[in-house]
Amino acid sequence: MKRTTRRRLNIWGINLAVVVVIVVVALIADWGKIHHNFWNPGGVSLGSDGNWGDLITIGAVNTVKYTAIAFILGLVLAVVLALARLSPIATLRWISTAYVEFFRGLPALIVIIFMGTGLPIAFGWTPPGGLVGAGLIALIMVAGAYMSETLRAGIQAVPKGQTEAARSLGMSGGATMFKIVLPQAFRVVIPPLTNEFVLLIKDTALLSIIGATVGDRELTNVARDFLSSGASAGTATSLIQAALIYLVITIPLTQLVAWQERRQRKATR
Amino acid sequence: MSTQPTIQPATAHGEPIPAIAVRGLHKSYGHHEVLSGIDFFVDTGQVVCVIGPSGSGKSTLLRCVNRLEEPTSGEILIEGVDICDPETDLDATRSRIGMVFQQFNLFPHLSVLKNLTLAQRNVRKRSKDEAVEIARQNLAKVGLSEKESAYPAHLSGGQQQRVAIARALSMKPDMMLFDEPTSALDPELVGDVLAVMKELAQEGMTMMVVTHEMGFAREVGDKLVFMDGGVVVEEGRPVDVLSNPQHQRTQAFLSKVL
Repeated sequence: MKRTTRRRLNIWGINLAVVVVIVVVALIADWGKIHHNFWNPGGVSLGSDGNWGDLITIGAVNTVKYTAIAFILGLVLAVVLALARLSPIATLRWISTAYVEFFRGLPALIVIIFMGTGLPIAFGWTPPGGLVGAGLIALIMVAGAYMSETLRAGIQAVPKGQTEAARSLGMSGGATMFKIVLPQAFRVVIPPLTNEFVLLIKDTALLSIIGATVGDRELTNVARDFLSSGASAGTATSLIQAALIYLVITIPLTQLVAWQERRQRKATR
Repeated sequence: MSTQPTIQPATAHGEPIPAIAVRGLHKSYGHHEVLSGIDFFVDTGQVVCVIGPSGSGKSTLLRCVNRLEEPTSGEILIEGVDICDPETDLDATRSRIGMVFQQFNLFPHLSVLKNLTLAQRNVRKRSKDEAVEIARQNLAKVGLSEKESAYPAHLSGGQQQRVAIARALSMKPDMMLFDEPTSALDPELVGDVLAVMKELAQEGMTMMVVTHEMGFAREVGDKLVFMDGGVVVEEGRPVDVLSNPQHQRTQAFLSKVL
């Protein structure tokens, strides 16, 4: 047999095996039970007893809101950390490095629990915004650490000649950083920062482990409450619904990153 | 651009102060000494060209003049002001020294006009209208008026370098430093840049030019300095140094490049 013929037969063999497995699984599955447990008609009805209302108007709205707050404040923190990391002053460099290594080395979940329950227990102090506010502060602290490393890479990717040209015109170090270096650095890091944004959307789900008032719950928290209440109680329907909502938000964003990267590759060629 | 009246700063004895005075300059990177005791002077209105093999320290010398490189020891006076003195306002001094780089170093995120106005506004605190007017005068001078809204990436190397010269001129500097301004250009684009530099020289601009363009040095330069191994080997009138080099190292270098 010729090599190419053998290869083609192999490919057909794999395709056939995959189809057979899918068909067998579809035939032996109990579709009634699956439908009832994962897509309960009561929960997905559009009436007032369905889950969509709270999932979208409370859960999704809060998820987007918390992500936006954590991203913007995290980015501000990241700029400060990155500038400190690149500062000529050794103390600032040291503090920034220690901060970044500390928070990148910890699970975000433990920081959230610490802010939400550890601090109030130890010091009797609750951060502004209640428990959700405490969780958000934790997310900002962690996101800032990650994004500062991205920003630092972007700043260092700006050629040294740019700084030299600005300084030779008499511009101060600060003006050079804010008018020449940072604008160019931000362009480089827009795709990785969009990625961080997607990660942050998913990380807001961690906030579901600290108690929140009904109106402050984010998407995962709302979905979890529907596991034991409402028309689809006792089934996993609400989790599937929440998953769909997450995907509707995240997939366009990951596509956006891919598009940005393609465009950037074209521009630098 | 109107030609600025050249003011000759004078000492108490009436002696003119050089625009650039370098004395006993040493520069080392670790154990590697790049400049080994340089004395170097540029008088106001003079065009001084610096030549030498690569690694001779000529670019380092030029970059020390506006302290883009930190001297290890020695003295650098710009119009009589010691730029290594911590009391000296380095940014203010730099704003009076135009610098043109081998790699142009235009700001890629800004239009040509913005490249020319940014430092005028930020450092000179000129009004927007004034900065734009000065920028347009200088763009016209380098023959690129029609490019003011273009971005650097859309210009040829020669055009970028002329914009870079216009950017430096827009600060109305007292002197200009050129660090191998034509070395990164395609041969057919070199002429336009040299023509702009020649015009500047004829207007009386004080210039220090590190270059490999011997024709330019001979035609435009008032003084030619040959460096090798971190020292000034020979200096004099360009025509003398080029056609009748005294030192063996100068002869060896010129026989290779001419």
